[in-house]
Amino acid sequence: MTTTTQAAPATTTRSPGAGPSGGRRPRRARAERTNRPGTVVLVLCAVTVLLPLYVTVAMAFKTPGQAADGNAFSLPVPVSVQGFVEAWQLTRFPVGLAMSLLVTAGTVAATILLAALASYAIMRNWERRLFRWSFFYLLAAMFIPFPVVALPQIQLTGRAGLDNPLGVILLATMFQLSFSVLLFTAFLRSVPAELEQSARIDGATTWQTFWRIVFPLLAPMSATVGIFAFLYAWNDFMMPSLIISDPALQTLPVRQQLFQTQFSNNYHVSFASYLMAMAPAIVAYLFAQRWVMSGVTQGAVKG
Amino acid sequence: MTTTTATPTGGDRLVRRRARRVEPVYYLFLLPSLVLFTLAITVPGIIGIFFSFTNSIGIGDWELVGLTNYVAALSDPAIVQSYLFTFGFSLVTVLVVNVVAFGLAVGLTSRIRMKVGLRAVFVIPMVVSGIIIAYVFNFLFSNSLPAAGQALGIGFLETSLLANPDLAWTAIVVVTAWQAIPGALLIYIAGLLAIPGDVYEAADIDGAGRTQRLTRITLPLMTGYVAINVILGFKNFLNAYDIIVGLTGGGPGTATRSIAMTIISGFNGGDYAYQMANATIFFVVAVLIAVAQLTMTRGRSAL
Repeated sequence: MTTTTQAAPATTTRSPGAGPSGGRRPRRARAERTNRPGTVVLVLCAVTVLLPLYVTVAMAFKTPGQAADGNAFSLPVPVSVQGFVEAWQLTRFPVGLAMSLLVTAGTVAATILLAALASYAIMRNWERRLFRWSFFYLLAAMFIPFPVVALPQIQLTGRAGLDNPLGVILLATMFQLSFSVLLFTAFLRSVPAELEQSARIDGATTWQTFWRIVFPLLAPMSATVGIFAFLYAWNDFMMPSLIISDPALQTLPVRQQLFQTQFSNNYHVSFASYLMAMAPAIVAYLFAQRWVMSGVTQGAVKG
Repeated sequence: MTTTTATPTGGDRLVRRRARRVEPVYYLFLLPSLVLFTLAITVPGIIGIFFSFTNSIGIGDWELVGLTNYVAALSDPAIVQSYLFTFGFSLVTVLVVNVVAFGLAVGLTSRIRMKVGLRAVFVIPMVVSGIIIAYVFNFLFSNSLPAAGQALGIGFLETSLLANPDLAWTAIVVVTAWQAIPGALLIYIAGLLAIPGDVYEAADIDGAGRTQRLTRITLPLMTGYVAINVILGFKNFLNAYDIIVGLTGGGPGTATRSIAMTIISGFNGGDYAYQMANATIFFVVAVLIAVAQLTMTRGRSAL
C-alpha cells in the first residue's frame, strides 16, 4: 500500500523535467521505486540464514573422504548418498520418524480439540464463576516454564507408565493449552451468537451446534493453534529427551545426540541424519508458507 | 435435555432452571482440559514445591528440612552463576534479535525486489529444530570459523569459540538469535503494515527526512509491537536449553550453564530436592517477571 501511494507522486513530478530523454524514462522511474542497496543488504542477510542449511545439504552428500577434510562450504563432488544410507540405519530413521510423527500429530490434534472445546464452554458461560476461573487457571501455565515442573513430571510419568511418546503428547498438549485457549477465546468473542441461535431453533443440541457450526468457524484459529503445536512438538528436544525413557521410542531430534558421543567424525553421516530430521518441517513449510506466516502473525499479535 | 425432563412439572420452573443451570454438556467440554491440566502441571508443581522443603534424593526416605535447600541454593555459586549467565544471555539476545528483526522488517516492507521470496527465506529458521541447528553451528564454530581465523590471522578466532569460557556465550547468542529472529520479524512486519500510509504522506509534505520518518513516526507507532517481542523473547530465552546443549553442553566448565540446565542436572545428580528449590525460585522469578510485564504493558492498545 505505502509503496504505490508514495511512488506515484514522485514519478509524476519527475516526468516533465525528464521529458526529452523519452524512451529512457520508464526504466529510470522503476529504478527509483525499488531500493537497490536495501535489496542487496537483505539478500546478504538471507545468505546468512541459508548458509548453515547449505552446509548441512553439502556435507550430507559428500563422500567420507570429502567430509573428513573439514571444509564445510565446498560442493560435494562426486555426490554420494552413503551418508544417508548409514544414517538411516544408525539412527533407525523410520522408527524415529514414526515417533516424531506420532508425537506431533497427537499433540496437534489434542491441542486443537481440547482447547477448542474448553474455550467454547468458557466463552458461552463467561458469567459463571467456575468457567471464568477455569480460564485464568488454564492461562496461568503461560508463566510456568517446563523446567520448573520437569523433575516431578519425569517421576510421575515414569510411575504412571507414561515415560513414552504418549506422555510427551500429554505434557506437550498441556503446555500448549494456555496459549491456545487464549487464541480461541479471543476469536470466539468475535463470532456472533446469532449463528448458533438459528441452529438451536432448528433443534440442534449444544454438542451438534459445536461440531456443525462453531468448530468449522474456528478453522482459521485452529490452523494457527495447530501450527504452533506442530512447530513445538516436531522440534522440541528437551521434553522428549527427559520423558521418554526407552531410546528406541525417541523422536528424531533426540536421536541426533548419537553423533555427539559416537561416530562424531563421520560428518557425512551426521549431516545426512540432521538433514533427514529437518527436511520434513522445511518441506511442509515451503508448501504452507502463506498459512504459516499469517498464522504465526495472527497468533503472536493476538496473544 | 433440560427441557424434556422439566416439561411435566410446569413452565415456570423450566424458565427458572434454564436461567440458573448450565447445560451439563458444557462441563463435559471443559472437564477433560481441567483434569488433564491439573494432573500434568498443577500436581507436579505442588509435589515439586513440597519436596523442595525436604532432603529427598528422588527415591527412598526423606524428611522435612525447612528452608535449608533455599538457603543453600541462594548461596551456591554454581546456581548464582547460572542465573547471571541466563539473564545476561537473555538480555543480549533480546537486544540483538529485536534490532536485527526490526531492521529486516523495515527493509522487507520497503520498496525492494524479491520481497515474497526473501520473506519466505527469513522465516525458515523458525521451522528448524533448535538442537539440530545447534549441532550444525557447532561444526561451523569448531571447524570452519577457526580455519577462517587462522587464514585471516585474527587471534581470538583461531581456536574454537565454543572452547573459550569468555566467548562461548556469543556463539549461543548467535544461534539463538538466528532461530528467534523470524518470529519477531513477522510481528514487526504486521506492525509496519498496520501503519496507515497517509501518516507518511503527511510527513513527506512537512518535509521530513528518512531518519525523521523512522524516529518520529515508525518507532513511536511500533512501541506496542516492540513490547510484545521483548516480552515473548525474554520469556523464551530464560528457558534456554536445547541450543546450549547442542553447542556447548553448558561448558567449557560451567561457563554457559543455563538455569534450566542446572535444574535438570538434579535428575541425575541425586540432589532432587535441592534442584526443586532452585526450580521454585525460578518459578517465583518467572511470575515476578510476568507481573512486571503485565503492569508495564497495561494500557497499550496494541496488546
